[in-house]
Amino acid sequence: MEGDSLFDKLSRRGVSRRDFIKFCSAMAATLALPSSLIPRIAEALEKKQKPVLVWLEYQDCAGDTEALLRASKPTVGELVLDILSVDYHETIMAPAGTQAEKSLTDVVKNHKGKYIAVVEGSIPLKDGGVYCCIGGKTAKDLAKEVCGNALATIAVGTCAAYGGIPAARPNPTGAVSVKEAVPGITVVNLPGCPMNVENLTATVVYYLTFGSLPALDRLGRPYFAHGKRIHDNCERRSHFDAGQFVRKWGDEGHRRGWCLYEMGCKGPEAYMNCPVIKYNEGTSWPVQAGHGCLGCATPNFWDVNTPFYRRLPHVPGFGVETTADKIGVGIAAVAAAGVAAHAVAHAVRKKESKEETGTQGDKK
Amino acid sequence: MQRRLYVWEFPVRLTHWITVVCIAGLSITGFYIGSPFIHATSADQYVMGWMRFIHFVAAYLLTASVLVRTYWSFVGNEYAHIREFFYFTPQRFVDLAGDLRYYIFMNKNQPRSAGGHSALASIVYLGVWILLFVEIFTGFALYSQSHYGGALWTLMGGWLLFLFSAQTVRLYHHLIMWVIIFFIIEHVYISWITREERGGFVDSMISGYRMLKER
Repeated sequence: MEGDSLFDKLSRRGVSRRDFIKFCSAMAATLALPSSLIPRIAEALEKKQKPVLVWLEYQDCAGDTEALLRASKPTVGELVLDILSVDYHETIMAPAGTQAEKSLTDVVKNHKGKYIAVVEGSIPLKDGGVYCCIGGKTAKDLAKEVCGNALATIAVGTCAAYGGIPAARPNPTGAVSVKEAVPGITVVNLPGCPMNVENLTATVVYYLTFGSLPALDRLGRPYFAHGKRIHDNCERRSHFDAGQFVRKWGDEGHRRGWCLYEMGCKGPEAYMNCPVIKYNEGTSWPVQAGHGCLGCATPNFWDVNTPFYRRLPHVPGFGVETTADKIGVGIAAVAAAGVAAHAVAHAVRKKESKEETGTQGDKK
Repeated sequence: MQRRLYVWEFPVRLTHWITVVCIAGLSITGFYIGSPFIHATSADQYVMGWMRFIHFVAAYLLTASVLVRTYWSFVGNEYAHIREFFYFTPQRFVDLAGDLRYYIFMNKNQPRSAGGHSALASIVYLGVWILLFVEIFTGFALYSQSHYGGALWTLMGGWLLFLFSAQTVRLYHHLIMWVIIFFIIEHVYISWITREERGGFVDSMISGYRMLKER
């Protein structure tokens, strides 16, 4: 119903005032805002007209859509995104064919400069962008039209934010991020594989409350979600400092929940709020489940953070199983062998030179 | 006849031995940080914590030492001076080739030096000086990961992590450690044989004086 506030819609769905305020508090916490701003968030959500939202999907696995839909019961957060007028979402919308395309062009025409475009997946540029076409248009042209006329674009998932797995070497389709495909537009990157839907909700709530987008870091990610290091907030950090490490999958340390650093955990170089808000309504996150962090919110993580189960990358130019320490030990061994061989030869030379010079001593 | 010549001034000797201690400490703790070889038996231990603390303190000490030595290469005596290292004349390269041939037993003329460094030594130390700077930069870049967005991040090389990935920086930081260990093995050995041949080379880094044989 047009003109209804979010709270009206929520009450019709049986969400109590108490649940609603709890949600507002959780959003304030996620956004690292003081509790004094909770009433302001509640007020904004209650009163403001919700902007229209379209969800575009290009080269990806639909993992971010899954993250959005995966909640086991309808949460307030889900309802916020649901009740935001999602006029177009390729995976879950009811209309098909020309009807579906019409709803997208209608949004662009009728809500120009007022709707939010959410993009999931990377955009291929190679060979004129033929590797991803929808309704006969390339992903690049569609993104240019839809994101170019939007109020703001939210790139969800690492593919949309940085190219992600489709852009991993050798990047056969020339995949790029939304920001690279459509330069000059306003983009909020919410990377992660998948992105955390709590962060998407919080970004939207931030916009509704303050009328602006949250502060972004150099990689275009909101500070509230990516301003802190996984390692610093990790529940296994005390085992790291103590020196208790998992050395093999399923060993004693692994069963006792020790640090996954030696198993190649990239938490020390990953910046995201996973340890705090977790996934699937706060159920768990990779490290809690006993698997190291892959640093999935890092640009090119598939290339730069591999091998995922080792601390150091492989040395470029050598066989893939050659690690830095094997080469290092080799260098030291060559040095030691060189020294040993040289010492023998040196002794021989000294003896020879003594014989040559007889008893006259060293006369260099 | 032997002549005593004051070659290594106090700051040169001091920074030399501080660098020795730092490299030893940084290599051991750094190797532990890269691949922890001691495993704690209970959570109230602090093995990684201490290793990292020693690594970071030694890193600051090494940085100070390298900076002081760099400063001294502008104000120190001729043997410590930057001209001793950035000195590329055709004769220098002839000497360099001669020194290398000596060490692989292809000639018998000992490396020439008028008291300070031979051609080979000066070019190798220049290389080590550059490697130490690379280690300092990459090290602080990695250290700044725990100071995301702060002043240390901006100043000390968070920017480097945008040019290269953190893992690439970590790999080169680690590989250069091995190159420095390679250098140290050769350096100690050559100091020892030089002492055998010409006398007083290792001792000179303690006293500052070298014994030169009169021709």
